[in-house]
Amino acid sequence: MLARVTTTDNGVDSLADVTSSEDRLRRFLLGLPGVDQVGAEARAATLSTRSIKTTAKAYALDLAIQMIDLTTLEGSDTPGKVRALCAKAKRPDPADPTAPQVAAVCVYPDLVATAKFELRGTGINVASVATAFPSGRSSLAIKVQDTKDAVAAGADEVDMVIDRGAFLSGRYGLVFDEIAAIRDAAGDAHLKVILETGELVTYDNVRRASWLAMLAGADFIKTSTGKISPAATLPVTLVMLEAVRDYHESTGLHIGVKPAGGIRTAKDAIKYLVTVNETAGPDWLDPELFRFGASSLLNDLLMQRTKLATGHYPGPDYFTLD
Amino acid sequence: MSRFEYAPALESRAIVDIKSSYGLFINGAFTEATDGKPFKTISPASEEVLAEVSEAGPADVDKAVRAARRAFDKVWGPMAGRDRAKYLYRIARLIQERARELAVLESLDNGKPIRESRDVDIPLVAAHFFYYAGWADKLEYAGAGDDPQPWGVAGQVIPWNFPLLMLAWKIAPALAAGNTVVLKPAETTPLTALAFAEICQQADLPPGVVNIVTGAGRTGQALVEHPDVNKVAFTGSTAVGRAIAKSVAGTDKAVTLELGGKAANIVFEDAPIDQTIEGIVNGIFFNQGHVCCAGSRLLVQESVYDEVLGRLKRRMESLRVGDPLDKNTDIGAINSAAQLAKIRELSQVGEDEGSERWSPECELPAQGFWFPPTVFTGVSQAHRIAREEIFGPVLSVLTFRTPAEAVEKANNTPFGLSAGIWTEKGSRILWMANQLRAGVVWANTFNRFDPTSPFGGYKESGYGREGGRHGLEAYLAH
Repeated sequence: MLARVTTTDNGVDSLADVTSSEDRLRRFLLGLPGVDQVGAEARAATLSTRSIKTTAKAYALDLAIQMIDLTTLEGSDTPGKVRALCAKAKRPDPADPTAPQVAAVCVYPDLVATAKFELRGTGINVASVATAFPSGRSSLAIKVQDTKDAVAAGADEVDMVIDRGAFLSGRYGLVFDEIAAIRDAAGDAHLKVILETGELVTYDNVRRASWLAMLAGADFIKTSTGKISPAATLPVTLVMLEAVRDYHESTGLHIGVKPAGGIRTAKDAIKYLVTVNETAGPDWLDPELFRFGASSLLNDLLMQRTKLATGHYPGPDYFTLD
Repeated sequence: MSRFEYAPALESRAIVDIKSSYGLFINGAFTEATDGKPFKTISPASEEVLAEVSEAGPADVDKAVRAARRAFDKVWGPMAGRDRAKYLYRIARLIQERARELAVLESLDNGKPIRESRDVDIPLVAAHFFYYAGWADKLEYAGAGDDPQPWGVAGQVIPWNFPLLMLAWKIAPALAAGNTVVLKPAETTPLTALAFAEICQQADLPPGVVNIVTGAGRTGQALVEHPDVNKVAFTGSTAVGRAIAKSVAGTDKAVTLELGGKAANIVFEDAPIDQTIEGIVNGIFFNQGHVCCAGSRLLVQESVYDEVLGRLKRRMESLRVGDPLDKNTDIGAINSAAQLAKIRELSQVGEDEGSERWSPECELPAQGFWFPPTVFTGVSQAHRIAREEIFGPVLSVLTFRTPAEAVEKANNTPFGLSAGIWTEKGSRILWMANQLRAGVVWANTFNRFDPTSPFGGYKESGYGREGGRHGLEAYLAH
């Protein structure tokens, strides 16, 4: 198959060639510049030393809240649980109406309708995982149907997983075709492509998978399902941000990035925002282009926000569980 | 949506207690200078006077050397290695305990960003003392014979770019080997050396084992020419190093010199590009480029020249120049008016010789000594900015076509302190490292230091090694 190319007016034709055959795709991906592990981790560590205070901190905390995909992906999820999460998404801090809303609520496909109903008229999106999440071990037909079900139920955003087995065995064309097929099945829904970087392991793989997903039509590239450890890390996110920056430079297209899993504190979230700011640039400091897949992060952001405004910590019981 | 502007995040100065004036640290006590005039040390970021410091004249230097000799003969020389180690461990721990204070003091007096003094300089200072403390009772395994002996009194003169770190590089191995020392810090950055003198007192180091004499070139000259100094160690410019080599010629003093550099940072077309850009930035803008081993000559393979330059410039636009005590500052102040004048002069020469000069837009503070991060392109081997050490945040970019040409160009300099290689090809790294005439060769990194690793130069970058087992040998007679 291998065809999807999304170029803008000033887009570069050279990338159209890249996806014209599996062989060319492979050569392109293997020809991407390497990532030096020590150097990438050192850069992420240096960015982590930025000290974000006062007005900058207030800006970052509110921005981080607006970037959250508030997530519940458990076998035990129920309509009641999802309704509660949606209430939290709409009004994260009951004590403070100035706290902004989150970007989206992320659930399994069977609970999309519930979330959609609860969030009607709020501007908060419903995101649904799909494609036999989290392992992705199913047939393409089932993955496509899974996606269609989610979109039919009202999902605004689809979070798909790539076939890591295919990727690791070098069948890049298969991974590409699957993403392209899901892209079509998702219709107008925003497509986030989960690379599951904890299973790809090397930064070289992360960079290749990022480019593969972007070439195949991803609107967002996402680190993790949250079901594999390690989930999101700062150096992995750094490498993905470099990829979207470079992709933008060649095509003019803005692709979003979503680290998911393992980001629990406001301090961590701010490190990610600093990395976004100094890697992809200020354009990406926007919920349209950067998201956090998280649940417990929200309360820490709210707590730090209250601390900044009032000078004291209210204590965890002043914030709602969901 | 508004932009993410980092609010000022200043490290507090309250932690340091700078006295209005300092004497000389001789024989375990601060004493008045007898024959020199006091001079002022300022903060290069604001030109504010920080303290008045005594200038040691020849009589003071003589007093210090006598104290060191006495301590060597009576206490430190005869002391068992394991006991010397205890003092060194104690000093190392005190440095860690006072790390934040020392970092702030270093940034104030030197102008370097607090991020670097806090995360690089001071941790390395403590690491050096810990490392050499471990050697003190194992000298017979240092490769200097079965029964290695200290030289006696070491006269040490250090530069202003890493004031406390250079002190550690000098004092830690000297004391571990059983020598006593008289050290002269640079005249623009004496304060952390004087704080170190307090640490020696705090550690109950026997009087005279460490003596600190402040002053300028005259003081340094009196020290290295003192007849009772057995070992001379100097870090600084090649011109002064040459003068020292002349003055000790014909004496039986042992000498190590760590001098200037004009390192080639060599980027191949298969380099890991994003980390390479970081390495170029770290190579030349770390510590405002006041680094003898700075990667001041960037050699880029012509096939990736445009890409490397484009990415480098984009990255330079995100460098934050300003108050050294702001925790988000990447590039601080130039250490002195004299150094700033030298950087300006050589940059002007670069322009006059026809190289193209570029700096990102950045607002420099009105007070103090500042120079923006700068890149010169279109530089050739014949240009002065490709040959002379600028010792500032100024990068000269040259190109090459083949690995052999890269080696030729990298070696085509009177210096030979360090070099960097950027490639994903391991075999090429090994081949290059064997060809390069440089004391330190970094592969896919730059400006990395560790107390276990020897450091030193070829050719006019000096002789002798500091750090590691090799650094210990320089303080042992064998």
